[in-house]
Amino acid sequence: MKVLLNGSSYSVENNCSVNSLIKNLDLSGKYAIEINQNIIPRSQYSDKKINSGDKIEIVQAIGGG
Amino acid sequence: MTNFDKDKFKIADSIYSSRLLVGTGKYKNIQETKSAINESGAEIVTVAIRRTNIGQEKNEPNLLDIISPDKFTILPNTAGCYDADTAIRTCHLARELLNGHALVKLEVLADKKTLFPDIAQTLSAAEKLVNDNFKVMVYTTDDPIIAKRLEEIGCVAVMPLAAPIGSGLGIQNPYNIRNIVENASVPIIVDAGVGTASDASIAMELGCDGVLMNTAIAEAKNPILMASAMKKAIQAGREAYLAGRMPKRAYASASSPIDGRFF
Repeated sequence: MKVLLNGSSYSVENNCSVNSLIKNLDLSGKYAIEINQNIIPRSQYSDKKINSGDKIEIVQAIGGG
Repeated sequence: MTNFDKDKFKIADSIYSSRLLVGTGKYKNIQETKSAINESGAEIVTVAIRRTNIGQEKNEPNLLDIISPDKFTILPNTAGCYDADTAIRTCHLARELLNGHALVKLEVLADKKTLFPDIAQTLSAAEKLVNDNFKVMVYTTDDPIIAKRLEEIGCVAVMPLAAPIGSGLGIQNPYNIRNIVENASVPIIVDAGVGTASDASIAMELGCDGVLMNTAIAEAKNPILMASAMKKAIQAGREAYLAGRMPKRAYASASSPIDGRFF
């Protein structure tokens, strides 16, 4: 199914959890995840399922003033 | 000589020795960022919150791997936000990614050319964030009334601009900055517009608790050397302030005695 990930269209398997997405993306370091403008706490990564059309934002800290 | 170990200051519930706070933007690379920060002696370091580059080079280091939250106090900013809601959203994401670390730098901008803050949105965001247990260090204008209002809302530090972000113009209205300092019960940190060492010294001579800068160091021809200069400038300005400067006079006051002249 299709979702919007960081502004771009992205395909995930049906019934994909946030944890699976993280594994697929091979994310490392410190990041935070929002789905439809709701922050998903780390404790919910394995339970929270992604739905078709979800708008997902994954952010990290970068250089800034 | 001032023992800087004794002249510490407190933001929220944490105590710091260094009164120089630095940003991490605009450097050539992450190594230069780290070297400049180390040279500056800064303990508080700002970062921006942006989308992870999905599919980026996996070899590229994460900023927080190099500038670790274990060693530094990370101060996430809300740079690029033009309304309270976006700024608040950014703060929530920052708190999540930093495992509950609640210190944030709130900036809500009004205008792309000057990057002056939107005061109405800043006040609104500050209130909501404070009510949500964030410790807010707030970027604002050098308006003493607004500075006091932000303190009353519960911000842990108020950060008036010296001049527009990245302009390097130095403090444009020292009288306002002094007024803000005199009326404040929270740390006042000049943020934005510092260009060179003397600008930082002047901020400290006015009684500010600290100075936050990014471009002044990152865009110097030799950022590491400028970081060193800024560290000394902040110390010099602080000592001058604590020493209590001489008064300004309209006319001369001779330094050598009249008595005993042989002519």
